[in-house]
Amino acid sequence: MSQRIAAIAFNTYREAVRDRVLYNLIVFALLLVGASLLFGQISIGIERIVLVNLGLSSISIFGVVIAIFIGIGLVSKEIDKRTLYTVLARPVRRWEFIVGKFFGLVGTLAVNTFFMSVGFFLALLYLKHAFEAADAFLVVAIYFIVLQFVIVTATALLFSSFSSPLLSAIFAFALFVTGSFSEDLQAFAAMAHGPTHWFATVASYLIPNISALNVISMVAHGNAISGALVWHNSLYALLYAVAAVAGAGLIFEHRNLK
Amino acid sequence: MKRKQVTAALAVVLIACFTASIIVRRRVDQIRSQATLREVLYIPSPRALRAMSLGYNGLLADIYWTRAVQYFGGKHHQGSMQYELLAPLLDITTTLDPHLLAAYEFGSVFLTQKPPEGAGDPDRAIQLVERGIRDNPDQWRLYYDLGFINYIDKHDPKAAAEAFERGAKVPNAHPFLKVLAAAMAQQGGERQKAKLLWEMTYQTTEDKDIKDNALKHLAALKVDDDIDHLDDIIADYRSKHGGENPATWHDLIAAGYLRGIPGDPTGRPYKLMPGGRIEVENPKSLPFIQRGLPPGMETPHPVMPYTKS
Repeated sequence: MSQRIAAIAFNTYREAVRDRVLYNLIVFALLLVGASLLFGQISIGIERIVLVNLGLSSISIFGVVIAIFIGIGLVSKEIDKRTLYTVLARPVRRWEFIVGKFFGLVGTLAVNTFFMSVGFFLALLYLKHAFEAADAFLVVAIYFIVLQFVIVTATALLFSSFSSPLLSAIFAFALFVTGSFSEDLQAFAAMAHGPTHWFATVASYLIPNISALNVISMVAHGNAISGALVWHNSLYALLYAVAAVAGAGLIFEHRNLK
Repeated sequence: MKRKQVTAALAVVLIACFTASIIVRRRVDQIRSQATLREVLYIPSPRALRAMSLGYNGLLADIYWTRAVQYFGGKHHQGSMQYELLAPLLDITTTLDPHLLAAYEFGSVFLTQKPPEGAGDPDRAIQLVERGIRDNPDQWRLYYDLGFINYIDKHDPKAAAEAFERGAKVPNAHPFLKVLAAAMAQQGGERQKAKLLWEMTYQTTEDKDIKDNALKHLAALKVDDDIDHLDDIIADYRSKHGGENPATWHDLIAAGYLRGIPGDPTGRPYKLMPGGRIEVENPKSLPFIQRGLPPGMETPHPVMPYTKS
């Protein structure tokens, strides 16, 4: 079973590379080099803050866009090209296909993030000439960004298992945006009364808590991230993603592919 | 595995993981308590945030206003004496949407009330309302708020009169602003002026909580008036009875000073204490009262609106 999932995952990664997904790295590199050169010259005291905000936000935005636009096509593309039937004709379960696709895209995003992070740290080194202790938390922030990708990929896959690519993209993007304000929604739920309170509470638990995974501002200012948050965020992202992938597998198991 | 078994297994995984994710999420929320709000400390300039909002500044202002209310409510519930993020949150909100009148009106109330009811910073409240007036010069309500803060919190009747006069010139301004401007210009009668202001607040707001707050202030002013009046009666009784204080209200009724036992605005009778002192029966039911309190007790404050556990 694990070999079949690994094979699907590896092929998904290869296909993404063949689709020139990693070309975004060039844009990212140019953006960072430009920003570090420009802000080094025109601003005082906030060069590091600007570079960290810009660099980590870019890693997040690039990754989310890739996760959504590739994630929504993972299933539909295979159906359109009729390659899915070839795969499923072999001893591969439908849920294994979904799980393999999920790991393939998460792997692609992890590789992409790794190269972007290398570029980001090089730009930081160029700007500051040395690393400092607080820079260790930048790694935590990047790790949280990867957790965001895990959740976004899982939800994109969930939507693509029953909806058209366009609608899936809209749903996945909307979920990401609302997830970015999930703590505000929860605060609203706490302040509301009656049915509004219950509706907002249920909604706040249904949408992914992306806001807890965004610590870019904190690390830009050299603030520490607690170990408890790292551990709980990791567990949360894992559980939410597994639930979403299980949902995608469940729907795909019963989908009429004829 | 058969399809039914796969379906059952996936359903179990889905339910178990989603339920567990809710439990973990609650823990994350505890760890990150008010983290979203603290992020305002990292915003170097509200104007920069406005530029970055890509035209969605109205929506972002609504979010920040909600955060300000949530922050105020949370802090108030804790009985906090410091509201360090309140002014920056209001600054961001009103920079993003300079026409969000609620942020000026309610925000100035949050800023001006003494801790733990608010930030106890009337100067920042005045700055906020002045900015509101600059961006919304035709809103008479803001001039009223400015005059109100200047009189009630800054004890500056001259500045209050000026604000009411400016407001009275605004098209469609409430005609009562002229009365207030004239009242502020007069010497003395401070309690009467305060009563006028609270009555005006009660009559002109549509917000239930503000109406309720105004009623509580009016009740407190009524208690202060009543006790002044009763003190005068007791002093007169004392002068006519060889320096002896009345032992009960019935002594004053029998002497013809009162028709019955006097009561406070909540309907409870005032207590006549030894030495001729007067107390209210339940001070906590009459927030803001200055008089009629048991010895050593400070002016009680109500649980303000916008707070929730």
